[in-house]
Amino acid sequence: MSTFYFIAFLSIFFSILVITAKNPVHSILYLIVTFFTFTIHYILMNAQFLAIVNFIVYMGAILVLFLYTLMLINLNKESEPRKSNLVKIAGFIGGGCFLMTILAALKAFKVSQPVILRDPNLGLVKNLGKILFNEYLLPFEVSSILLLSAMVGAVLLATKDHKTT
Amino acid sequence: MEPLSNKRKVLEAKPLNFMERIYLPAIFQGLAITIKHFFRKPVTIRYPEEKREYSENFRGMHSLKRDEHGRERCTACGLCALSCPAEAITMIAAERQKGEEDLYREEKYAAVYEINMLRCIFCGLCEEACPKEAIYLDGPHVPSDYLRKDFIYGKDKLVEAPLNQ
Amino acid sequence: MGIAELLIKIALVVIIFLVSLVIAMYSTYAERKVAAFLQDRVGPDRAGPFGILQPLADGGKMFLKEEIIPTNASPFLFIAGPSLAILTACIGSAVIPWGQRLTIGAYTFNLQVADINVGLLYIFGVISLGVYGIMIGGWASNNKYSLLGAVRAASQNISYEIAMGLSIIALLMTTGTLSMRHIAEQQSGFWHGHWFTWNAFSQPLGFLIFIVCAFAETNRSPFDLPECETELIAGYHTEYSSMKMGFYMFSEYINMFVSSAVMATLYFGGYNFPFMHHLGLSENWVSILGVIALFIKIFAFIFFFIWVRWTIPRFRYDQLMDLGWKVLIPLAIANIVITGLVITFLK
Repeated sequence: MSTFYFIAFLSIFFSILVITAKNPVHSILYLIVTFFTFTIHYILMNAQFLAIVNFIVYMGAILVLFLYTLMLINLNKESEPRKSNLVKIAGFIGGGCFLMTILAALKAFKVSQPVILRDPNLGLVKNLGKILFNEYLLPFEVSSILLLSAMVGAVLLATKDHKTT
Repeated sequence: MEPLSNKRKVLEAKPLNFMERIYLPAIFQGLAITIKHFFRKPVTIRYPEEKREYSENFRGMHSLKRDEHGRERCTACGLCALSCPAEAITMIAAERQKGEEDLYREEKYAAVYEINMLRCIFCGLCEEACPKEAIYLDGPHVPSDYLRKDFIYGKDKLVEAPLNQ
Repeated sequence: MGIAELLIKIALVVIIFLVSLVIAMYSTYAERKVAAFLQDRVGPDRAGPFGILQPLADGGKMFLKEEIIPTNASPFLFIAGPSLAILTACIGSAVIPWGQRLTIGAYTFNLQVADINVGLLYIFGVISLGVYGIMIGGWASNNKYSLLGAVRAASQNISYEIAMGLSIIALLMTTGTLSMRHIAEQQSGFWHGHWFTWNAFSQPLGFLIFIVCAFAETNRSPFDLPECETELIAGYHTEYSSMKMGFYMFSEYINMFVSSAVMATLYFGGYNFPFMHHLGLSENWVSILGVIALFIKIFAFIFFFIWVRWTIPRFRYDQLMDLGWKVLIPLAIANIVITGLVITFLK
């Protein structure tokens, strides 16, 4: 249990660093560490497959792409445009709504047993695969359609630019 | 433009056929060529231990010759120094004393004979100027050294080793 | 887990760590020597007989060189880059089964550090993490060539990871497990029934895709664009000197060693060798011979890596992307489909 609290502390600590870091690249690096702590959480919950997928997909691919784009664009303070008042108000409202949601969620807050699962072997590849491809086959296939539409959209965006020039 | 010779060849860049496009045959061909070289004898000559044979008219380090009785042939006439385009040669002449007849062939000899190997251009004019056939550029390469003063070769390095009777 | 088992595990970790470092050291020597032989030269032959002390001399030189951190570099990340690179290179070998079980006295133990049931995915994750060392180092150098090298490394690794993952999926369909030990055990012997047991013979296309991707993931020629010296001076390690540079070099060779071990385990039978069950030897001897067989396979792959490096010229960047996205990924998907059809209709 103490491991859980230590890792949980680290996740929150690094996620705060993500928002407060001045340099965007540093911020991404903190985000990587945050995701790494998430991986440890998954391992603590014996969800090996999720842990390793989080490791590969988030840490190994998505954040590399984040870092990649951040390295290419110029994010200096001088080049940042001044925000208009409308944006500021919209930001204030959005942030306020988020705060309200969190406060409302806190009402339902009670101590759960975070590490102990009802079925400790649930996270292993075999069991996960059986559940995913038997009980939840339809949602799984629907999510693949989502990915397909995203891909088609990306291809469309890439070719549209080509025609006009 | 009309070509003056009929050597011009019009090159056609044909599109690659399927076998060429999958690259693998070409890659294996290349690998076969390199592995053939792997078993070939290396052409390297390990220099200080092994030496390539010098050509007959190679001009290397100078040597001051002795005659058939082992006496130094040089008579310090200074013609070599005079002929030297790089002014690399200097000498101090001395008179032969009684009892030194088996050391020096002529009545006058070079007490000091120095060649600055950094100035020398190995043109061989000293060799041609010498009336006594005392200097020849028949040695190997001049070896490298750390200090400039070490490139001024005196008689200790230039004179041929005495004959062993 | 008793004390004895713990000690054995620790000993195994230390041995594997040392072995991978020594092999990385001697890979640099092998690289220079093989390059020399392929070009009709003799290569390094001054330090010790046949120059076998050359890696030690190089290591000593690396340690004694001046440590330079550029003024405008960010110092922490500049040091973190090579450290991460060598860390990710070293932890990959944890799930590779180096041999069958050994019995010493009352203890029987597997020659493997950790047999986790997602071993293959673990290796895949570690490989995908390897690019961070290069990216962080390249960015922290504050040099445009380093940055370009880092960016190239990132896009190259991500592109080839996809094809690599897809080729592994086809392999998983035939093996049905993610554990490296089970995959190695399935390839026991050499010939079973009416076909070879090694996966390279049932997955030739998958193996081809995998080895091409392994070249790209380890940044070896012909895919060494991140450090391509004709365009980017030295790419991501332009600003590095002394042992930090050495770490980058070492991590490249350790990556080569680990990916050779992975290829040998996944596709070439791992520690299995022909006639291993017909020799009539005790289990311990078969295990020891198995370890030797695995290392022979690994050395053969390392030799292949070096051989290709000194044969094939570097790709142009657009060719690299074309090969990854337009050739390897469709091929890998086709391979999955074919494997699926074969499994459904023939078995």
